[in-house]
Amino acid sequence: MAQHAIELILMRQLASYLVTPMFVVDTAGDLVYYNVPAEQMLGLRFDETGEMALEEWGSAFKPTDEHGTPLPLDELPLVKVVDTRHPAQGSFWIRGLDGVSRYISVAAFPLIEQGGRDLGSVAVFWEERVR
Amino acid sequence: MIVRLWGTRGSLPTPGASHARYGGNTSCVTVAGGVPGALTVLDAGTGIFALGEELPDDLERVDILLSHLHLDHILGLGFFSALSRPGLDAHIWGPGSAVVSLQERLSRYLSPPLFPVRLRDVPCRLSLHDVPHGGFELPGLLVTSDTVCHPGTTLGYRITDGTSTVTYLSDHEPALGARAFPEAPRWTSGYDLSAGADLLIHDAQYDDDEYDSHVGWGHSSVSHALSLAELAGVRHLVPFHHDPSHDDAALDRLYAPLVQGRPFEVTPATEGSTFDV
Repeated sequence: MAQHAIELILMRQLASYLVTPMFVVDTAGDLVYYNVPAEQMLGLRFDETGEMALEEWGSAFKPTDEHGTPLPLDELPLVKVVDTRHPAQGSFWIRGLDGVSRYISVAAFPLIEQGGRDLGSVAVFWEERVR
Repeated sequence: MIVRLWGTRGSLPTPGASHARYGGNTSCVTVAGGVPGALTVLDAGTGIFALGEELPDDLERVDILLSHLHLDHILGLGFFSALSRPGLDAHIWGPGSAVVSLQERLSRYLSPPLFPVRLRDVPCRLSLHDVPHGGFELPGLLVTSDTVCHPGTTLGYRITDGTSTVTYLSDHEPALGARAFPEAPRWTSGYDLSAGADLLIHDAQYDDDEYDSHVGWGHSSVSHALSLAELAGVRHLVPFHHDPSHDDAALDRLYAPLVQGRPFEVTPATEGSTFDV
């Protein structure tokens, strides 16, 4: 398995120090890291899940809109960033692997190096309410 | 490949008898062995001046690979005699920028009032290149580069002649922010460049206590250099970029307990030393 780009390594280091829940994905959208605050929101430790393919994490947390309608993968802000390389944001329900439903806001942005090469994307989460 | 160290000091030249054995000139290393008439130079610290005094008359091409543009790595560039040879092909490679060209960034130093000669006016046939991501070829050598952990965009280089491999990570802080170092290779800055190298020339600016008060400055402790070398499975580590405050006696004391009993050879960098890789 090849070493990650330094920008991705530093992003992971930074995320590991923050209380803000964060997801880090690679250029394909595959999850390579989420921090401890994200673990608490998602209900599962990263050490237990390990890295996850986009299709896997995109459905694992059962994202739905206000009316309980499942959100298609390409409606998720982080997936929009992977597809478009533009920042994206949104709010929706997820059901953590601990069985708790949480309404979260997400802001996601691309990681692009000096030479213009895509390196991956990052999502910052905020829990608005639970039910 | 023959690797020679022309400058081993980090940050600031340190002339004087107390620093003479390990060396007082800042970073400069040559890699010879590609094809006759061609020479590859890693960084242009003050050590490059002495290199210029010993260049062969039949040199046709020189490639200068800059790790980054901090002053101690380009301070000797304007004094490198190769740039004054009409007809010599000189190529300067450095980290790319989406905003300012390498020529413009280097010219901030190599132009009046900081320097009397403009970079564009040197007599040699000069070409400047942003280092492309991944690999590129020099005469007889394949160079792989990647960004590494150091303030500002900084490159490490892995050079092979098809038989042997030399890795150069002059300014590098792979332990920055790590909860425990070293971590898995995939999350370790510089791992891919170093993996299995026959010779790793690596930043070793601080002792452990000094590192604790210099976290984020972009440099390694000797312990971190040793840990990365072990993780990457290198054959020979050359701790490099000695702190200017460390005189010869201090470096002797620092390295004496650390170089023995490793699964790889350790030779602290001394100015003028050569390695047949």
